Amino acid sequence: MSLLEIKNLQASVEDRQILRGVDLVVNPGEVHAIMGPNGSGKSTLAHVLSGKDGYEVTGGSVTLDGIDLLSIEPDERAAAGLFLAFQYPMEIPGVATMTFLRTAMNAQRKKRGEPELSTPEFMKRVREEAKNLSIDPEMLKRPVNVGFSGGEKKRNEVLQMALLQPKLAVLDETDSGLDIDALKIAAEGVNRLRSPERGMIVITHYQRLLEHIVPDIVHVFSRGRIVRTGGKELALELEAKGYADYEQEAAA
Amino acid sequence: MPAVQETVEQVKSIDVDQYKYGFETDIETEKAPKGLSEDTVRFISAKKDEPAWMLEWRLEAYRRWLTMEEPTWARVDYPKIDYQNAYYYAAPKAFVAPKSLDEIDPEILRTYEKLGIPLREQEILAGVVRQDGADAPAGGTRVAVDAVFDSVSVATTFKEELKKAGVIFMPISEAVREHPELVKKYLGSVVPVTDNFFATLNSAVFSDGSFVYIPPGVRCPMELSTYFRINERNTGQFERTLIIADRGSYVSYLEGCTAPRRDENQLHAAVVELIALDDAEIKYSTVQNWFPGDSEGKGGIYNFVTKRGDCRGRNSKISWTQVETGSAITWKYPSCILRGDGSRGEFYSIAISNGRQQVDSGTKMIHLGKNTTSRIISKGIAAGRSDNTYRGLVSAHRKATGARNFTNCDSLLIGSHCGAHTVPYIEAKNASAVFEHEATTSKISEDMLFYCMQRGLSEEEAVALVVNGFVKDVLQHLPMEFAVEAQKLISISLEGSVG
Repeated sequence: MSLLEIKNLQASVEDRQILRGVDLVVNPGEVHAIMGPNGSGKSTLAHVLSGKDGYEVTGGSVTLDGIDLLSIEPDERAAAGLFLAFQYPMEIPGVATMTFLRTAMNAQRKKRGEPELSTPEFMKRVREEAKNLSIDPEMLKRPVNVGFSGGEKKRNEVLQMALLQPKLAVLDETDSGLDIDALKIAAEGVNRLRSPERGMIVITHYQRLLEHIVPDIVHVFSRGRIVRTGGKELALELEAKGYADYEQEAAA
Repeated sequence: MPAVQETVEQVKSIDVDQYKYGFETDIETEKAPKGLSEDTVRFISAKKDEPAWMLEWRLEAYRRWLTMEEPTWARVDYPKIDYQNAYYYAAPKAFVAPKSLDEIDPEILRTYEKLGIPLREQEILAGVVRQDGADAPAGGTRVAVDAVFDSVSVATTFKEELKKAGVIFMPISEAVREHPELVKKYLGSVVPVTDNFFATLNSAVFSDGSFVYIPPGVRCPMELSTYFRINERNTGQFERTLIIADRGSYVSYLEGCTAPRRDENQLHAAVVELIALDDAEIKYSTVQNWFPGDSEGKGGIYNFVTKRGDCRGRNSKISWTQVETGSAITWKYPSCILRGDGSRGEFYSIAISNGRQQVDSGTKMIHLGKNTTSRIISKGIAAGRSDNTYRGLVSAHRKATGARNFTNCDSLLIGSHCGAHTVPYIEAKNASAVFEHEATTSKISEDMLFYCMQRGLSEEEAVALVVNGFVKDVLQHLPMEFAVEAQKLISISLEGSVG
């Protein structure tokens, strides 16, 4: 069975239609890249999948492992196994990153009817994953994302993903604001999480990220829908020719 | 539905009606005749079996009060109070000061049990300790409780043990009779009879409250605590608390407040006076959870309180920590007079308003002595249709060389129909004074909540997490047991504040 099934998804913001019939199937183990120009609706797709307020779904369906995502709350979607790595991770003053990680993990476990993690168990896992991502343990004592550099913020996103072990991860412009070294660390972290059971959607404007996270399938997104699908070589082609052709095509 | 709209809908349906302390205890009471007159004052004084000097003190206050005007400068709005339409004294009928808990009306004991104050248990615990012959453990593990029910104190626990340490902890009505020299010397010395409309009213009709005296060099062996409960209808509560920490002593004092839910407003006008002599320290913590009124703003307590500490001695220290979640109207400015050289004042506050609550609260730090320091950390959280104002004064007298203050005052808004206001006054009459002031106002953003929810937290868990982060600096100044209680109270107060 496919992991994620998006059928003819349509959504609007304040009566302006952004998604105009998205169809996408992600199977377990697959990494899909969604590329497209600014304003084509890539981030909107990520937000609608995760249930952010302010979007109205006007048609279509989304299922994750057979669960109808559109009918449940954002936190329930998270517990069902959907993870969104934010383009702009939020700062939460006064809440230690460690506390946040633990609260999140236990909230999901509780929703799935699993027992809470013991403190030693939790600490062990956090230390391991933090080490993999070259995260200084001191950083985990600081408030969530407050005063973090761009690279630290994105690594923190990957850390959360590693701890929460989602079925499907959506990475929204994970490369934005990162220099090449920071990008490599983040990409390595993501690659470590590739597994035969897990699906990923990597949303990006540039081909650069896909050199580090090599996708199985590439989609071109334009004016609220997928206009072309191909292998990883499609990304290179886009890099060379740009999105102009597709924009005309979508408009036609 | 767009986020903001949803919040609006939710705010409309806010359930401040969840006040869990809103029950009423059914016992027979004896009240003073309705209204306020010299006769009322005499009645109260006679009930308390007071000496003549105390009655005179009260009458002087009453006569002064007649000439005063109710203050209107605070950012609160309420219909005019009819002071003749209230009772100024209510006591459980046939009340004789109990010698032990066994003599207390079981209905009252049950009330306190419901409120989570197991008086009996504490007494038993005290017995156990005595049997073992062990010394009293360090403060914080046990709490001595004075419980005030309407106008009288019904039980004070741990009396014996405190006596051994030389600590006096008793209802103020008893202290007037048993320690007149101390009461005469200190009562009204921080908040004079003429201080302000509500304090003067309190001076005339104050009913009960706690009296604490810590002798020189004594570190009070346990936390002292008073629970105030308004039970009777149409009755004001006017408690008076007086705490004296003699040279080199230390005491930590906690107070908690609740009241039944009622449709009409009830007046609470308390006065608290703290005096710290040379090298003494007083830590005063409040968790105030008077009935806040319902979602439409009906009922609730009018909380007009004068709290002031006098750092009278050199290197003395007074710190106020308050968690304010209740009351329809809060008018309260726990302050410090930094008279002694090198003295220090602190004010840590969390003020939460929801529904139609109005809060106007803050502090005054009056620097008079040399090298005096003060610190103010205030966190205001407004939700629903409430208004939350921080009002503060920091002043340095011209002789107060080297005065230092740091003020941080942050406001957090939940939803779009509440208000946060900050009114700081700073007066430095001395060029060497260094005053710092930081203030922020922020709103819990939908984006922040969404971020938390995407990680698996429900919306309420997300709000609680964000709010707890916001108030963390203050919570850590509360004694351990109270911090846990306060944290719970905060999440209850904010229940239903978002969609």
